[in-house]
Amino acid sequence: MKTNDLIIQTTTKVVFFIIFLFSIHIFFAGHYTPGGGFVGGLVMSSAIVLLMLAFDLKTVQDMLPVNYTVITAIGLIISLLTAAGSIFFNVPFFTHVYDYFNLPLLGETSIHTAMFFDTGVYLVVVGVTMNIIQMIGGDE
Amino acid sequence: MEILMSILIGFLFMAAVYLILSRSLLRIIIGTGLLSHGTHLLLLTMGGLGGESAPVLAEGITDYADPLPQALILTAIVISFGVTAFSLVLAYRAYKVVGTDNMDLMKGNEDND
Amino acid sequence: MINLLLLPVLIPFLFAAVLLLFPKKVKAQRVVTMIGLAFALASSIALLYKVKVNGVQALTLGSWAPPFGITMVSDMFSALLVTSSLLIALFVVWYSFTSIEEEREKAFYYPAILFMLTGVNGAFTTGDIFNMFVFFEVLLMSSYVLIVLGGEKIQLKESIKYIIVNIVSSSLFVITVGYLYSVVGTLNMADISVKLAEIGPSGIVTVIAVLFLIVFGIKGGIFPLFFWLPGSYGAPPIPVLALFGALLTKVGVYAIMRTYTLFFTTDVGYTHNLLMILSILTIVVGCIGALAYFNVKQIIIYNIVIAVGVILFGASVMNESGMMGSVFYLIHDILIKGALFLLIGIIIKITGTSDLRKMGGLMKRYPLLAWVYLIVAFGLAGIPPLSGFIGKLLIVQGGFEGDLLWQSIFILASSLLVLLSAIRIFIYAFWGEEKGQHLISKEKYRHLLAPAITLASLTVLYGVGAEYLVPFMTDATNVLLDPSIYIDAVFEGVK
Repeated sequence: MKTNDLIIQTTTKVVFFIIFLFSIHIFFAGHYTPGGGFVGGLVMSSAIVLLMLAFDLKTVQDMLPVNYTVITAIGLIISLLTAAGSIFFNVPFFTHVYDYFNLPLLGETSIHTAMFFDTGVYLVVVGVTMNIIQMIGGDE
Repeated sequence: MEILMSILIGFLFMAAVYLILSRSLLRIIIGTGLLSHGTHLLLLTMGGLGGESAPVLAEGITDYADPLPQALILTAIVISFGVTAFSLVLAYRAYKVVGTDNMDLMKGNEDND
Repeated sequence: MINLLLLPVLIPFLFAAVLLLFPKKVKAQRVVTMIGLAFALASSIALLYKVKVNGVQALTLGSWAPPFGITMVSDMFSALLVTSSLLIALFVVWYSFTSIEEEREKAFYYPAILFMLTGVNGAFTTGDIFNMFVFFEVLLMSSYVLIVLGGEKIQLKESIKYIIVNIVSSSLFVITVGYLYSVVGTLNMADISVKLAEIGPSGIVTVIAVLFLIVFGIKGGIFPLFFWLPGSYGAPPIPVLALFGALLTKVGVYAIMRTYTLFFTTDVGYTHNLLMILSILTIVVGCIGALAYFNVKQIIIYNIVIAVGVILFGASVMNESGMMGSVFYLIHDILIKGALFLLIGIIIKITGTSDLRKMGGLMKRYPLLAWVYLIVAFGLAGIPPLSGFIGKLLIVQGGFEGDLLWQSIFILASSLLVLLSAIRIFIYAFWGEEKGQHLISKEKYRHLLAPAITLASLTVLYGVGAEYLVPFMTDATNVLLDPSIYIDAVFEGVK
């Protein structure tokens, strides 16, 4: 039976970007308030899952031609190298630093090394979750 | 409150053990999920449930919740998320290859004596 | 370089992450894995040297003050274990080049090994009980991947059981940590040790001790809890089995030794007696299993169980000779089990079966294999001057000093059974009429034999050069028997 998924497909095209932006928002909110890379990553992957529900695996793979294993690996490397940066200053691993910078558009912004670590976490979560879902959903 | 939590945890463990002892692989995995939920609640209860406000350093706050169990539970949740996802994938694969999700039929290895 | 103790954990992790980038390029995977392991091994040897010269190394992550952050501690015991686990991994990876099918190599075999090493070394190094749980999960997750890699029917069946057993035991671990936290209010192992000593003997502490014994006993395979081990370890291919057999149970044993020397020293009469009785029973069951099977894999797997019993017996008597014997025997067992599995792996590759009754007469065509196997088998049983001897001698001596006469005699007698079980393989596989097939080319045989022989000669060196190792072992034993060294190192600079 062929289902009519016009509504979900049309909605998804809009909602996907809202969820995506929301995940970025949660990611940056993790700076001082609840949120962070893990939750942000999960929200992001739920957005991709929504795409997969509305269309199908192959179409989504054509839309977002990324290898999620590579995303996971890049995330791991970013996280590890950020944390390992402390080794070169001979302070304990995971020691983080922050400072205030005047960025264009944003004004005075505080930037933590923890944010780069969280970027890695974000990528790892997206990569691992999507890998699992592709693995189960892949053979039908 | 602690007693209520203990009863809840006990109930979760009971359901988990019942499910883990059943034959169907899917039920077993749901059982392990319940088991880890019970564990997380236990961890929370063990840290003490007292404390009205968030553990944020500010003037005049003396009665705050212990943040450590919360951090531990977060870690444990992430780990059990990963393990459950993995075992679901594995169960699906095993079902495809072995052709059953009945643990009774998964006994025995042909090449062992 | 205060972060040195982290390098054996971080380097395998970094290289594993890099390997994920190009899973299909087998040659590159092999080379990068070897480079990573070599770096990690070099760093662990540097660490060993530093611990020998400067004493126990401790580091609290993120520049927190000790009881609050996650502390990593490297004493001689953990440094020795980290070094030997990397060493064994190096040989197993070398052996895998020929032994593992390309299909598996492309399915994240090498990254999984490196991630597992991260977990193993982390569990050896950590000084925080919850962090130990996290590292256990890291190594377990990678072991799930390794055990199921290839997706044969038997692997899928067995790995499901393995995973469920481990999920339940991990839940128990968290529960136990929860109980411990409610009693002492801290997770730092040094701090727990201080707090528990202040509390003194009490019922709840003993309960926690027994719970820890159950948790780590499941991982380590002690008497009533080893039930999952023979089946699950029999499923994966030989190099994976070698890694599991040499390392995974040892992590459980390490955790028992660490917690029972650092935490639970107040009610020794109950907890350590329980440990002693269970270790004896473990040896009994292991011996029965090792003699009962005609499957080479199963015979050696049951020998793992026996070794766990012997090591824990030495630890349970809590005196200097016994503890030092345990440390000696633990390292010996990591090396010798690795060597044994690599050797029987060659036998299985040649004959195409793991059933002893279907093989025979290999001596004629493969004399070198036969003699190396014989030496390793003697080492396993502890014939002087080979590697098992000194450890077992000290353990038995410790047993006598602790007035455990019959138990010590029993350990000695069990060595004979171990020898018998290992010699049975020798008799069935190498002696007698030639039968079965020869499935392996000369070149492949040489490639498989090279790592096995090198590892076997290392075990011989370990036995012959035991005298040079004594200073290291003494350091390890001192920290185990005197928790204050460990505690002082962690809190150095705070008090």
